[in-house]
Amino acid sequence: MTLAALAADTHGFLSPTGVEIAFLLVGLVTLGAALITVTTRQLVHAALWLVVALGGLAVEYLLLTAEFIAWVQVLIYVGSVVVLLLFGLMLTRAPIGRSPDADSGNRWVALGVAVVAAAALVWVVVDAFRTTWIDLDGAPSGSTDVTGQALFQNWVLPFEALSVLLLAALVGAIVLSRKAKADAAPATGGPADRGPGAAGADKEGAR
Amino acid sequence: MNDALDVTLRLLVVFVVFLTFPLLIGQTEHKVMAHMQGRLGPMYAGGFHGWAQLVADGVKFAQKEDVVPAGADRRIFQLAPAVALLPYLLVLLAIPIGPEEGAVGEVIDAGVFFVLAVMGVGVLGALMAGWASANKFSLLGGLRTAAQLLAYELPMLLAAASVAMAAGTVSLPGILNAFEWWWLPWQIVGAIVFFVAGLAELQRPPFDMPVADSEIIFGAYTEYTGLRFALFLLAEYAGIVVLCGLTTVLFLGGWHGPWGADGLGWVWTLLKTAVLAFIVIWLRVTYPRLREDQLQKLSWTLLVPLALAQIALTGIVKVVIE
Repeated sequence: MTLAALAADTHGFLSPTGVEIAFLLVGLVTLGAALITVTTRQLVHAALWLVVALGGLAVEYLLLTAEFIAWVQVLIYVGSVVVLLLFGLMLTRAPIGRSPDADSGNRWVALGVAVVAAAALVWVVVDAFRTTWIDLDGAPSGSTDVTGQALFQNWVLPFEALSVLLLAALVGAIVLSRKAKADAAPATGGPADRGPGAAGADKEGAR
Repeated sequence: MNDALDVTLRLLVVFVVFLTFPLLIGQTEHKVMAHMQGRLGPMYAGGFHGWAQLVADGVKFAQKEDVVPAGADRRIFQLAPAVALLPYLLVLLAIPIGPEEGAVGEVIDAGVFFVLAVMGVGVLGALMAGWASANKFSLLGGLRTAAQLLAYELPMLLAAASVAMAAGTVSLPGILNAFEWWWLPWQIVGAIVFFVAGLAELQRPPFDMPVADSEIIFGAYTEYTGLRFALFLLAEYAGIVVLCGLTTVLFLGGWHGPWGADGLGWVWTLLKTAVLAFIVIWLRVTYPRLREDQLQKLSWTLLVPLALAQIALTGIVKVVIE
């Protein structure tokens, strides 16, 4: 625990500031919401608790002065991913009340994977930042300006690689949906009125 | 002390605006719709041209019984109106109405992202209401709401991104500080895309398929009565205020006016917002409801490509002038 001692050297743990206390409390709420998300037997409630967990994360980003990341978190995860999730649930099955079959035989394996993933993340973050403290009174370190500069000067390559990955996922999704359509269509329409994309998907299916 | 007073005062003003402007737009809608349809609208409540009609409506809503259906998911059913309404209050905080230091509730560094993110959260309220009501019409309404949001969020974001590119900042006052009059023709396509997508996100006619009263009986709100129903209505009108205010700030130059801009900036902002609100009402009276497939087609095959073209144009012009 030399690391903890090092961190305690500069600021100390015994007189936390208001921001630190808030950070801890919001973290606890986020953790609780995440636990309920995976344990509740009510499907739609799980999705709504996920909103609380993701919103809590956004607040944590705000407390860490990463304002831009916080709003993007809300925009993408709360505004789009959860809406998509709810849409999927409502479209398939979303009974009010408990679903007795909302359980998985893999729960212990899942718990193991979750613990390992959490341990790896905590280790990486602790090792990367060690005793760094954010100076709240100094120049902003997480504003849009700073984030943009860092992203497009130091981290351009990972950024571009990620965008290519997303593009591949996008194309893959289109191919998959077209293939499903092509499989259902043969009875009604000939290959002539399907278009080049569907023909490509047919080839994929033949392989 | 002075700082605390200042913040309290701003929050109070934003709150008062949040409570009164939606009512003003509601009353205007009563009157404008009536006159466009060759009738008078409310004439009795309050005496002069029925100005107090919405106050009377509010009293009526408050008196009604607050019913929760037996099969409903009680807590989520009751929480939904608050989730639908509060985001618009938060967005109002970030909209600047004048160039002065104190003319905005709270300066937010990533303002464009903030307003779009928080507006998206409001839709969760309608989804929660649609699911928790235990009513098939409500569930259909919720489904349509979700499908509509997914389709129209993208063009709205892209159109806003175009302005942010043009200004080189994502802060709302920053965008207005960088505004020049020729942005109006330059960004006009983005403005139209943004406004139309915003209308769809608010589920205003002609994009009111999710609440279509004549086929799915107000969709997600079917089971709501009394004050909670009134809160949903208030959310709709607050949404109009927010959308018109945002379009004004992002695309129409906010406090900039052709003349007399000194000290009169807030008048220009309010005037532009009011004209846009009138257009929102006008569209409701003019156009029939779009069918679900037409809704999706309009977004994916027209608005998204237009928004992408606008971004390309913005990029080219930006590079050329630099």
